[in-house]
Amino acid sequence: MKKPHIYIFVVAISAIILLAPSTNAQKPLTVVWAEWAPADYLDELSKDFTAETGIAVNVVQIPWGSFQEKISAAFVGKSDLYDIVIGDSQWLGRNSVGGHYIELTEWMNDNIDVSSISDTAMTAFAEYPKGSKKYWALPAEVDINGFMYRKDLFEDPKEQAAFKAKYGYALAPPTTYKELLDIAEFFTRPPDLYGIAAYFSKEYDSITMGFQQVMWSFGGSYGDPHTYRVDGYINNEDSVKALEYYARLIKFAPPDAPNYYWQQVLDAYKAGKVAMAMEYFAFFAGAIDANQNPKYYDKTGFFIAPKGPKGHYISIGGQGMSISSYSKNKPVAKQYMKWFIQKSVQEKWAMLGGFTPHREVLQSETFLNATPFNQAFSDSMPYLKDFWAVPEYADLLEVCQTNWNAVIVGAKLPKAALDQIARKHEQIFEEAGYYDE
Amino acid sequence: MQKIRFARGLSDYQIKMAFIMPTMILLILMNIFPLLWSLYLSFHRYKASLPNRLPKFIGVRNYAQLLSDPEIWEYFRTTAYFVVLAVAAQFIIGFGLALLLNRQFRYKGLVTTLILLPMMLSPVVVGLFWRFILASDASGLVNYFLSPLLNALNRDSIPWTTSPNMAMIAVVIVDTWMWSPFMMLISLAGLSAVPKYLYEAADVDRASGWFKFRQITLPLVSPLLLIALLFRTMDAFKMFDIVYVLTHEGGPGTATETVSMNLYRLAFRSYNTGKACAMAYILLVVIVALSNIYVKYLNRLREA
Repeated sequence: MKKPHIYIFVVAISAIILLAPSTNAQKPLTVVWAEWAPADYLDELSKDFTAETGIAVNVVQIPWGSFQEKISAAFVGKSDLYDIVIGDSQWLGRNSVGGHYIELTEWMNDNIDVSSISDTAMTAFAEYPKGSKKYWALPAEVDINGFMYRKDLFEDPKEQAAFKAKYGYALAPPTTYKELLDIAEFFTRPPDLYGIAAYFSKEYDSITMGFQQVMWSFGGSYGDPHTYRVDGYINNEDSVKALEYYARLIKFAPPDAPNYYWQQVLDAYKAGKVAMAMEYFAFFAGAIDANQNPKYYDKTGFFIAPKGPKGHYISIGGQGMSISSYSKNKPVAKQYMKWFIQKSVQEKWAMLGGFTPHREVLQSETFLNATPFNQAFSDSMPYLKDFWAVPEYADLLEVCQTNWNAVIVGAKLPKAALDQIARKHEQIFEEAGYYDE
Repeated sequence: MQKIRFARGLSDYQIKMAFIMPTMILLILMNIFPLLWSLYLSFHRYKASLPNRLPKFIGVRNYAQLLSDPEIWEYFRTTAYFVVLAVAAQFIIGFGLALLLNRQFRYKGLVTTLILLPMMLSPVVVGLFWRFILASDASGLVNYFLSPLLNALNRDSIPWTTSPNMAMIAVVIVDTWMWSPFMMLISLAGLSAVPKYLYEAADVDRASGWFKFRQITLPLVSPLLLIALLFRTMDAFKMFDIVYVLTHEGGPGTATETVSMNLYRLAFRSYNTGKACAMAYILLVVIVALSNIYVKYLNRLREA
């Protein structure tokens, strides 16, 4: 009596299996990125790729704090978990020399109009060694360090009059680091309001990204990119002055500022604790979103990082798309990247909130007017500069983070900290064989 | 039948080996091999992030560089400072709590369970919520409750995690909150094992409370206390998770940079695998040496 039921069951299962999506359908593409708004935009954008090709795209997001560790651990374990890695510009050296990224030079020259991509983006996110025209990534998200400010405070006539009386010039978004310091001092009224929130934390690359642009603009540098000599560059008089300046700046920041990275800076700004905040442009969307920043979303203005006494340089952020050497889905990864860099896709990428590396899209009126901060983003482009991108970048970064953070909390003097960085950096380069004949 | 015959044909020794071997193989694969491999790597220049560059033998250079680096000694000092403060505080609070709980009262079981809760939590979770409790501005719970007092004294909020002087105290407070219950638990086990008749005899002799504590309680509980101290010292010496979360990776500056925190940087940030292995062995030697001192003292106590 039970047999007919068994037949029905077998037929039903067979039908489900046959009618289910084909088992030989294309394996989904896994793209890994840090956990932030641009990754959400990419997830949204990738739906178009799936619609066109039928290939599912899985955008995996890893919190910033453990982003580098997780990717490195996957690479060390030769894991095929990720097909495309959207990694920081500094990672290029380590992951190309380490064999974790596949080289894309030939493929990019054959399949992509490299001239359509901004030169700055190509150098920062694609090329290693710099100037070699060897490509390991396709620029995906160009990010830049910038500033936001409270327009309600800056445009208040009483504040303007008081500022002019005290400093002798009009209150406006600062264009020099001296003005930035004056304005930060002016708005410091503890415990409710402080002048500035900036990157001061020891976490990942926080204080380095915040301070290095000050150091370059004051005339300092990390070292000679040809000889890799550091002593006399990073600890020269200009660098010392820059670090003294940065240590002064924190006096006008909230008491918990030594722990400020992008999240804490954004939180401090949204809570109305500060008049100005340093932040990467990719995070600015949160400041003008009425849901995320109900108090000041319509009172927020943006300006580019100021210039210093000896130049104008701005820290570059952002990432490029690289293909993992351990991926079993490389052809699809290349197909996706070729699709991603098309002008029409880049236009949509920019509209969603991504910072496109596409030269034409970047200069288009549509892009410049898409958000209140895109103009400042575009204005910042000529001044971009990056940290070392050598395979030893993580060692170099750790030394900077610890020493610079020690200075801003008063545990070390600027000159002593910079001398220590110079000594340690040269030791790292020496151990890695950069000084061998 | 064949199988039965096969089983019957095994000697006692072979059966013993059949039971032991899986464990032995697992131990060798999971413990012994990594231990020896890391020892091998500690004498080489090697970065796991650059697998295409083979390990290069450099003798004891990794050890020499680490031991001659003043920063490493600073991290050892920081760690020692933390171990002494935290373990001492945990010992005093834990033993004190055990003395209080070593009597019958209503809801004793519930109170004991509640006191034990902190040590059952994940250190990362503990670090995260203490980060909010000890926030350096008025948004921190401690500063919020202290604000009337601080305002009256015309003082700013206490920079718990942002001042080099306060950060270590914050870490000690959090570790003590978490691990005093462990000290209490072991002490309580020791206290409840002290025979009651000894106290009764002392009462007959009209001995004072202090005399009973010094002559009966302490000598009988001390072996267990020493074991608890040994565990806590070894564990505190490896402090990593709370420091990583609470003081944002050993900050501010290097104020709470423990040896384990620095080891993590070497191993998983810089991927300086050879040097990290050497550092791990230095740490191992220190912990083994410390443990030996405790064990010797413990043996002496037992003999006494």
